[in-house]
Amino acid sequence: MEHQEKSEKAPSAAVTAVAGHGDAHADHGLAHTMPVWMLIAVLAALMGLTVLTVSVTSFDLGSEGNLVVGMVIATVKAALVCTFFMHLLWDKKFHAILFATAVLFVILFLSMSITDRGEYQHNIDLYQNANSAAPAK
Amino acid sequence: MSEESTQPAIEPKAGGHGAPLPESDPHGPHDGETHAHGDGPHLAHHFDTYQQQFDAGKLGIWLFLLTEVLFFSGLFCAYTVYRGMHPEVFVYAHYFLNTTMGAINTCVLLVSSLTAAWAVRNAQLAQRKFLMVNIIITIVCACTFMVVKFFEYQHKFHDGLLPGPAFHPTEQVWELESFKKKHPEAAEYAEKLSRAAEKKAETSKAAVAVDLNAPVTGVFDRPTEEQLEPLIKAGVIGPEAEDPTRPSKPRNAHVFFSIYFFMTGLHGIHVIGGIVVWLWLLKRSAKNQFGPKYFGPIDYAALYWHLVDLVWIYLFPLLYLIH
Repeated sequence: MEHQEKSEKAPSAAVTAVAGHGDAHADHGLAHTMPVWMLIAVLAALMGLTVLTVSVTSFDLGSEGNLVVGMVIATVKAALVCTFFMHLLWDKKFHAILFATAVLFVILFLSMSITDRGEYQHNIDLYQNANSAAPAK
Repeated sequence: MSEESTQPAIEPKAGGHGAPLPESDPHGPHDGETHAHGDGPHLAHHFDTYQQQFDAGKLGIWLFLLTEVLFFSGLFCAYTVYRGMHPEVFVYAHYFLNTTMGAINTCVLLVSSLTAAWAVRNAQLAQRKFLMVNIIITIVCACTFMVVKFFEYQHKFHDGLLPGPAFHPTEQVWELESFKKKHPEAAEYAEKLSRAAEKKAETSKAAVAVDLNAPVTGVFDRPTEEQLEPLIKAGVIGPEAEDPTRPSKPRNAHVFFSIYFFMTGLHGIHVIGGIVVWLWLLKRSAKNQFGPKYFGPIDYAALYWHLVDLVWIYLFPLLYLIH
């Protein structure tokens, strides 16, 4: 086993490097290493938010209100997972941009579909009223 | 990348390409072993450096994750559109779902996400034992998730809560504990209405109309808001109900279970896929193949695993916590 040394690299840098917003190149090993306390803290936050999202259902905020609160909490949880567990905070920004692009297209996809369907509500109402054995609204 | 492990004879390119050999092993050299982690065998011949190899793999997994997000978005779109059209179906159906089981599964997946992220750290630091422990915990959590899912599915099959024409619920929604607990008065009222409708149907064959303002039989007092509102919102009575003559269920309630089974099923398939990947990585980490220069596979699998977790983070409130 030969040992070729790259002189500019501190040999143990990859092992000890924990900190930092380094560019993940020079002396931090191949990528950022998450400290254990941070991993545990993120899990604790995620668990807390899960309890919160379950307990909030016992309050009536209106059907819309509860849905919005649920989605906001889910999005906060998702952001925690992405930022820390998926290393996006320290990763190349390009990966974050890629992921954001996917999310953007999902939003476009959903909103276009809802808008499009809304356009036909009138026709659906007409149809249901015409066949109003069961009254439609 | 796995094939390198079977070809220990391949040495990394010599110095000119700048592939550094490991200097950073905290647990001492593994001279006796054919593939010490981070050693040459793990640098594929078409990469110049470990950094390049790692970055290429990382870009690849991120592109894969994008396709996964878009893949799932089709089902999320179906959910959104249908819920926008028929909220009563979702209110009706959510009483049949077990929130406790959903919450347990959420926690199980979150814990497995932690151990997956921790495993990446272990691989980076060449902590072979911790790496294996964390992978095993991840696998155990994934299996727990699937077992809970199995019991949920079994319960639904048993109660006739199946998609499409197979949808024949054995229980009425107001007979469910989850409904009674939340809306005791409405449950009682629905029960009364149901019995009255049955009686009426027996005595005269004329259909009994459930009119919101004037209760059918006349023996009831005028129903209160608490009695009516949950029933209308769940499509048990009112304009969206399937049967105008008696408390029933909303029209096309089975569509919810199509959406439910497709979304949780596709997610479950991803969990099973993850278990297979983690088993493979467990085997590789047992062979001590991962270290500071070569932990890509663990990192990529963890990223995939986090995405599976992300999907569930949204599925849980959307399916189980409908208000």
